[in-house]
Amino acid sequence: MSQATQTETTEGTGRIDSVSGPVVTAVDLDARMNDVVYVGDEGLMGEVIEIEGDVTTIQVYEETSGLGPGEPVENTGEPLTVDLGPGMLDAIYDGVQRPLDVLESKMDSAFLDRGVDAPGIDLDEKWEFSPTVEAGDTVEPADIVGTVPETVTIEHKVMVPPDFEGGVVESTKEGNFTVTDPVVTLENGEEVTMRQEWPVRQKRPASNKRTPRTPLVSGQRVLDGLFPIAKGGTAAIPGPFGSGKTVTQHSLAKFADADIIIYVGCGERGNEMTEVIEDFPELEDPKNGNPLMARTSLIANTSNMPVAARESCVYTGITIAEYYRDMGYDVALMADSTSRWAEAMREISSRLEEMPGEEGYPAYLAARLAQFYERAGYFENVNGTEGSVSVIGAVSPPGGDFSEPVTQNTLRIVKTFWALDADLAERRHFPSINWDESYSLYRDQLDPWFKENVAEDWPERRQWAVDTLDEESELQEIVQLVGEDALPEDQRLVLEVARYLREGYLQQNAFNPTDMYCPPEETYAILRTIQVYNDEAFDALDAGVPIEDITDIDAAPRLNRIATQEDWESYVEDLREEIREQLRSLY
Amino acid sequence: MKEYKTITEVSGPLVYAEVDEPIGYDEMVEIETPSGDTKRGQILESEDGLVAIQVFEGTTGIDRNASVRFLGETLKMPVTEDLLGRVLDGSGQPIDGGPEIVPDERQDIVGAAINPYSREYPEEFIQTGVSGIDGMNTLVRGQKLPIFSSSGLPHNELALQVARQATVPEEAAEEGDEASEFAVIFGAMGITQEEANEFMEDFERTGALERSVVFMNLADDPAVERTVTPRMALTTAEYLAFEKDYHVLVILTDMTNYCEALREIGAAREEVPGRRGYPGYMYTDLAQLYERAGRIKGEEGSVTQLPILTMPGDDETHPIPDLTGYITEGQIMMDNALNSKGIEPPINVSGSLSRLMDDGIGEGLTRADHADVKDQLFAAYAEGKDLRDLVNIVGREALSELDNKYLDFADRFEDEFVDQGFDTERSIDETIEIGWDLLSMIPKAELNRIDEEMIEEHYREETPAADDEESAEELSAD
Repeated sequence: MSQATQTETTEGTGRIDSVSGPVVTAVDLDARMNDVVYVGDEGLMGEVIEIEGDVTTIQVYEETSGLGPGEPVENTGEPLTVDLGPGMLDAIYDGVQRPLDVLESKMDSAFLDRGVDAPGIDLDEKWEFSPTVEAGDTVEPADIVGTVPETVTIEHKVMVPPDFEGGVVESTKEGNFTVTDPVVTLENGEEVTMRQEWPVRQKRPASNKRTPRTPLVSGQRVLDGLFPIAKGGTAAIPGPFGSGKTVTQHSLAKFADADIIIYVGCGERGNEMTEVIEDFPELEDPKNGNPLMARTSLIANTSNMPVAARESCVYTGITIAEYYRDMGYDVALMADSTSRWAEAMREISSRLEEMPGEEGYPAYLAARLAQFYERAGYFENVNGTEGSVSVIGAVSPPGGDFSEPVTQNTLRIVKTFWALDADLAERRHFPSINWDESYSLYRDQLDPWFKENVAEDWPERRQWAVDTLDEESELQEIVQLVGEDALPEDQRLVLEVARYLREGYLQQNAFNPTDMYCPPEETYAILRTIQVYNDEAFDALDAGVPIEDITDIDAAPRLNRIATQEDWESYVEDLREEIREQLRSLY
Repeated sequence: MKEYKTITEVSGPLVYAEVDEPIGYDEMVEIETPSGDTKRGQILESEDGLVAIQVFEGTTGIDRNASVRFLGETLKMPVTEDLLGRVLDGSGQPIDGGPEIVPDERQDIVGAAINPYSREYPEEFIQTGVSGIDGMNTLVRGQKLPIFSSSGLPHNELALQVARQATVPEEAAEEGDEASEFAVIFGAMGITQEEANEFMEDFERTGALERSVVFMNLADDPAVERTVTPRMALTTAEYLAFEKDYHVLVILTDMTNYCEALREIGAAREEVPGRRGYPGYMYTDLAQLYERAGRIKGEEGSVTQLPILTMPGDDETHPIPDLTGYITEGQIMMDNALNSKGIEPPINVSGSLSRLMDDGIGEGLTRADHADVKDQLFAAYAEGKDLRDLVNIVGREALSELDNKYLDFADRFEDEFVDQGFDTERSIDETIEIGWDLLSMIPKAELNRIDEEMIEEHYREETPAADDEESAEELSAD
């Protein structure tokens, strides 16, 4: 039951004047911009998006069929907020943080009904709180005052809400409490509970934003090897449909070495969200073998759920991400897809009859995108801890045209660009990330980490791979005209090596249990082995061995199978040895 | 019920009327013209004192004196199991001369979204008997897989073939009575009478009508009615699937006509248009249709969708196919060039995609070697197709022996694997065996996407004769 049905006409109650799809206008409503209101007899949740004279315009987060003029509108007097506290991990929410499993049992139906409300975190569940401060300590806003084992993987830190004054701790409690029980009391009378609220459209404060210098290791060779993203970085994955955006996002959510994953399914397919819901609890966290869900929070607003909730779901996601960042965790947020979010803005904007900007998108599109991505970063938090929020946004450009406004405005902000390519996808080259068009501006600031933690010559090897692939693209143009056999032998060898780079290194099978996750050491080893083949083959060519004999050696095709070996270390060693032996025996 | 004679404006499919009571958004309206016709409509916009009504049967004959009645409820579809075997018009009225429909329930046609938490992930293979689909772009129960076609291509024949042949092999073997479990809902939007006749004849000839419900909105029916037809069809499908445990296959044709109708209404309402004049909310609107496919935890039945759309100008980036592709789980692409070569069905397998395929195939579902064979076929066919461009320039002689093999492979793949005719039904075993026949043209060392053990087991050491279709079929029969 929502609040509107429980309380009859309170102060600030207006009535509906007109209804057009998700946009409702009300009169006599005393409301501030962005206040949450309950609309109609059924109490549908909505948000104030425009005030003009006595007329207030509201976007409604639920289906509005049957809603008519004259029905009441009640103001809560508060902006759209999320509940923050233990219980957000291993949960699945809709776009306004209503837990979908609770909605299912409350509605007693597999279909989403209207006018049902549920708190974002369970108010009755008890959590084991251990204080980290004691009476007499002084605490400031945002300081950590205790911990809760939230899941097997994550220790939840309870913090003083940012809007508290802070001061000397009077008393603390230890044991099992609900999220609304006070666990730490300050001398000035402020009581800290395990639950906070925060308005989603406002970023949580931090003291300082730093340059990120650690990579977010994804276990995907083409990303880690060629186009890395930093912890606290931003990346965009644009691509036409069918090019593998969602599979790439899923792989990242499964294997990225962040502490916390927030996965926002924004306007995407219902079955895909179900796949995530079914897969993640069964998959293991590559870091510690715990279930993946123990570090994941899912926000699912599928494409047929109300459009206004789609507009808010990315904000819900990033606010939760920031909360865990404040605890000192590295958080990665995947948004699939930001284009749907932009389209939701466009749809609402057109219902408001606002003057459209480019392609019907509202003029504030660029500003909203920038504000969202700016909430990512590597932060020094107010409480002295360090944490990061990395944002990886999928973009779905209409017709695969990267010049459209959402892609362009996104590219102006993000520093990593993973261009998905329909041609590669059609050849079943996955992940179908185009190596010519993609880029990462983090390479230089991340190289020291790779040098120290993986291999001293990491940047040089990468450069060799990039050069070889570049040379291949140039040669391919000639091949298209005259055929491969017309090329000189050394160039044909380059093509052969580049082929192994593409098939054995860049391609990665997201459905193969061994290949789906590739640690950076293995990424390096595969590349190094292909280079061994390259060097040995060119030596053989220089010694006068015909190209056919060189490319024909048994060992070469095994380059493509390294990635699927469980014991890749010894396989790589044997293979390098065999390549040397077989090639040297030719001259 | 109060009657109003307060119509202030009639514009295209829209009627504006003044009212003195609150009228709910989306509610139904009846308008009686002075000549005695009754037309039905729906509230598009409701303001204090004024409503905009979208009229389904067209606004011809409506004047200021027409009377307007507000029914006080949203559009409902009367549903019952007895609908099977019936033919209805685009707004759900029987047109087959049969008895009146006595509904079990009347359900809101807008349909609520399925809670993603309550869904069950689709992973049960549906055998369509078409190699280009089963082998390369497998359909699974609960999937929405559109056919992207263009004018002049035999997409209707393919849809009929699928409707006729679709089975779930496992259950067929276990229970033997799976035919009663399968139902087909056919929603036609703006198709010509001739096409409609073809469909009906085929349904009657094959006896498929018994297990079908047909909704017919023809090309000369009012465009606005088209916006209701698919919702009627899907409401019926959901009822049969989730309350009567049927496996329902919904065929919607032609989605392009549906989108044109949306555009027409949008223009009449003077909305700010999006791309190519289509309304900005078309993505949401289409999603509300396509997302009504799937499976639900604890329910036996399923809704599988096979919408058909003709791409205007054969352009895949046109808003209709583009938005559709972003919502559906893949697409079956029909190809003009293949059609003119006489390939039946002319499915462009490399442009097609089934996103749910990987979880719906493999050991226990289809065959253990299915995924690898599919990957290799895709790769080899792509290689062969690339070489065709080159051959046009340099000629076959300039290519290596291996390249020539790939070229032959691509030709035989189209002639033997894809081209099966609209009346042939192939089991998944037959399909995969044909795949192996073809792959055996290529040297073993080139088959880098297939597990070595499987190559040992299935690779044909002696390549079967290339030119004879019969021999290929014989080989595959075992």
